[in-house]
Amino acid sequence: MPFVLPVLYAVVIVAVLPLMAGYIVLMERKVMADMQARLGPMRVGPHGLLQPIADAVKLLLKEDIIPNEADRLMFWFAPLVSVTMALLAYSALAIGPAFQIADLNIGLLFILAISSLGIYGIVLGGWASNSHYSLLGALRSAAQLVSYETAAGLGLISVLLLAGSLSMKDIVQAQSDQGVWFGFSVPFGFFIYLVGSIAETNRAPFDLPEAESELVAGYMTEYSGFRWSLYFLAEYANMIIVAGIATTLFLGGWLRPGARYHEHIPGTGVEWLDALPALLTLGVALYSLKLAPKQPVKIQKIVMVMVAVLCFGVACVLAGALFAPPAVMQGIHGAFWFMAKVFAYIYAFLWIRFTFPRYRFDQLMRLGWRFLIPLALVNVIGVGVAIVLRQQFAWGPIVSLIPTTLATLGVAMLLAKDDAPIVDAQTADGE
Amino acid sequence: MAVASAILMVTRRNIVHGAVFLINTLLSTAGIFLLLQAEFLFVVQIILYVGGIMVLFVFVIMLVNLDVSMRQVQFNRQWFVAGALALVLAAQFLFAIHATQAGRDPLRLPAMAAEISPKNTEAVADALFSHYMLPFEIASILLLVAMIGAVVMAKRRVG
Amino acid sequence: MIPVDYYLFLSLALFTIGVIGVLTRRNVIIMLMSIELILNAVNINLMVFSRMWGTVDGQVFAIFIITDAAAEAAVGLGIILAFFHNRETVLADEMDIMKW
Repeated sequence: MPFVLPVLYAVVIVAVLPLMAGYIVLMERKVMADMQARLGPMRVGPHGLLQPIADAVKLLLKEDIIPNEADRLMFWFAPLVSVTMALLAYSALAIGPAFQIADLNIGLLFILAISSLGIYGIVLGGWASNSHYSLLGALRSAAQLVSYETAAGLGLISVLLLAGSLSMKDIVQAQSDQGVWFGFSVPFGFFIYLVGSIAETNRAPFDLPEAESELVAGYMTEYSGFRWSLYFLAEYANMIIVAGIATTLFLGGWLRPGARYHEHIPGTGVEWLDALPALLTLGVALYSLKLAPKQPVKIQKIVMVMVAVLCFGVACVLAGALFAPPAVMQGIHGAFWFMAKVFAYIYAFLWIRFTFPRYRFDQLMRLGWRFLIPLALVNVIGVGVAIVLRQQFAWGPIVSLIPTTLATLGVAMLLAKDDAPIVDAQTADGE
Repeated sequence: MAVASAILMVTRRNIVHGAVFLINTLLSTAGIFLLLQAEFLFVVQIILYVGGIMVLFVFVIMLVNLDVSMRQVQFNRQWFVAGALALVLAAQFLFAIHATQAGRDPLRLPAMAAEISPKNTEAVADALFSHYMLPFEIASILLLVAMIGAVVMAKRRVG
Repeated sequence: MIPVDYYLFLSLALFTIGVIGVLTRRNVIIMLMSIELILNAVNINLMVFSRMWGTVDGQVFAIFIITDAAAEAAVGLGIILAFFHNRETVLADEMDIMKW
């Protein structure tokens, strides 16, 4: 009987995930449109809210084309590997204090290991397509992934030294004990992991392997219909995973921001910040209700009202949890804060995507190996020094990390200055 | 499953399939480590072996033009003798295992289990950084030398 | 639980398959992969004995073997690539430049 709860969580995650990935795509399109001064999808549902469903239906109905000379076994197998690894990594992720499929005591390493297995989905897919562009895109992508995996891992190690454990739950607990999120006390670790994770998930500005104007679509070129949607799902699931890792390690996991701010709403025993989730969701519900009459088509009005009702329901759940036993409240609110932080991190991804131009491949590798890895190493050493300062001289949790941050900042500036403008003549003989 | 994948790996004509079967074998080995309650090595095996070394292999396989070699004879001329020798070697090992069977203890699980499993990572780290510090440093120098060697190998001679 | 013998037989089987792979295949890349297989078989052996005696020394040694295998694979693949650029072949029979 101890299997019931993990299996339930697993089913919930696997069921909700494709939907979430689809809505992140919608979010991306809307944010992209907003940053480009246009509106984005507006027709399919009210404000494009049903667009992901339409896209999913379209993809499922497309013809399944397999290139003639392609290696059939690998062609079938590669997207499967990608999706399996992306979904498997969720098993160690801790969404709430009790909302975790498996509390492995090597949880973080397990997620990293599974992410590194996702490379095979890309490489085998590129190979199986039997086309030069796919293969090149796949190899480039794999090289990029391996390089930045090292850098991101080193960035994580600096935080692990402070947390003292590899279990996801313990790491959040350590942040709670130390009273400060690791993203604030080790900002360079956060920065390194942010850059590393953008490269890990093949997002811009590191998306050379799959950019539309580069190698067509890189390793995904020959895939169509359902197989392509599997790759797509794997990519966005990967994004959510790295956001989840970043949230757990750097942004406090399920901890409420301002965990020590205990001001209560006068008259009740409820704290302001605890009431915030319910109030926010209520606000969204009211806004949807306000927009509902303005929709041009009747079905859009109906969907808008449904959205309002859904948000209202969530608000009720959140508010009701305030009066439930602390474990339940922590669980539900914890999940809310976790998802909020994950979405904030993904918003940062999107923001960066639409702001920076794409890196050329050699610039990308240079950034990974010659800037991020030395920086990450200095960061790790600095955190080690900070721990010694804490233990020997009893400095506080935040103060002990100030020398680390300054040292890493200094090294970063030195390294950035060292990057001379790239002279094109030196690549003439194929380096 | 490890043995099946290994056999398949050695006999495939298509090298990419062989590589995939090796990945399968390595994952099975990792699973065996997990069965032996060595969770740190389970993860290390996956990250390093499957996620690192095999990616290297797959890279090289894809950079090397395989069509020609795939159509040629796969097994060399000494296969019979080699196979026989290998089986003789295996028989010797089997004999060695059986010879010591009488006095061997079974896995001492009940006494050791509770002690080892929650603390496997810490135990390995303890041992690695205290007793085995020297091999650790030497291993890092080895990796440095290998890196230099690989970079030198990959540079094309100018002109 | 699973007796030690079974693990040893498994490791023996993998080792033998690896040896056969190294000795019988012509393709150098598969030979290298078989060597990795042999190293894995040794790792399993080490882990089993480390578990049997309850120490972690075997596991530490296994980590070193994995590290070593990585280094060797990197250099070996570099050599193969360099040779391939010169001679366009990866078959061991055809790598006979030093034959007289």
